[in-house]
Amino acid sequence: MSLIPGLHHYLIVSALLFSLGLLGVLARRNLLVIYMGLELMLNAANLALVAFSRFNANLNGQVMVFFIITVAAAEVAVGLALIVALYRKRQSAHVEDLTSLKL
Amino acid sequence: MPALPDLLFYGFAGLTLLFGFLCVANPLSRNPVTSAMFLVLTICSLAGLFVLLNAFFLAAVQVLVYAGAVMVLFLFVIMLLDLKEEERRKLNKVALGAGTVAVAVIAGILIRAVTSVKPVADKLVEGTTKPLGKILFTQYLLPFEILSLLLLVAMVGVILLSKKELK
Repeated sequence: MSLIPGLHHYLIVSALLFSLGLLGVLARRNLLVIYMGLELMLNAANLALVAFSRFNANLNGQVMVFFIITVAAAEVAVGLALIVALYRKRQSAHVEDLTSLKL
Repeated sequence: MPALPDLLFYGFAGLTLLFGFLCVANPLSRNPVTSAMFLVLTICSLAGLFVLLNAFFLAAVQVLVYAGAVMVLFLFVIMLLDLKEEERRKLNKVALGAGTVAVAVIAGILIRAVTSVKPVADKLVEGTTKPLGKILFTQYLLPFEILSLLLLVAMVGVILLSKKELK
């Protein structure tokens, strides 16, 4: 692999960013920070799509990223409304306190 | 002597990963506001990577929608909820072992996926507004319209969810 950044370099950055997001989802205990981890994972997928689009000379990947950004905005709005509704009922947004579905 | 865009790639990639790490696992602070601020920085450096990939329109959308609208929403909710800091947990041995196995498996999958791809064309496309708009309003017209409906549904859903009394 050469030092001049090509598709592989971007994909490695994307994979590392995805892993960081996954780490945030698994390790953190605050619902909002877990949500930020999800956002990081979505952004990592976006980066991979844009890199593929650039190195295959195909604009479809960028249109897909545009759609992902829009859906992510809608998802954040709904998710944060759910968190606020949950907080009103339980006075907490920490996952240790939300175990009523646990066996 | 390497060219400037190559150096910029390493700069932006390093910044993205550094800020991403500080967002999810900041060793100094467990405050959600700090995480949100580092997420904004991560997204801005990702926009820089998009510019290096000739996706100029997406870089602008990334800064406007993500770093602007989405993160303001996050910060509003953080302020609204007034959360206490989460306390640090001790790691137990079983979780550590299972985590190591999971990390190894995911790393294997990612390495295989990354090493098996080959770029096809060397032609340059520019993700400026004009070609993207053209493809968006011809080939992707139906998904685009469905997406606007999805945003409307999400808006109505959020208003319903945040009413005081759910009926």
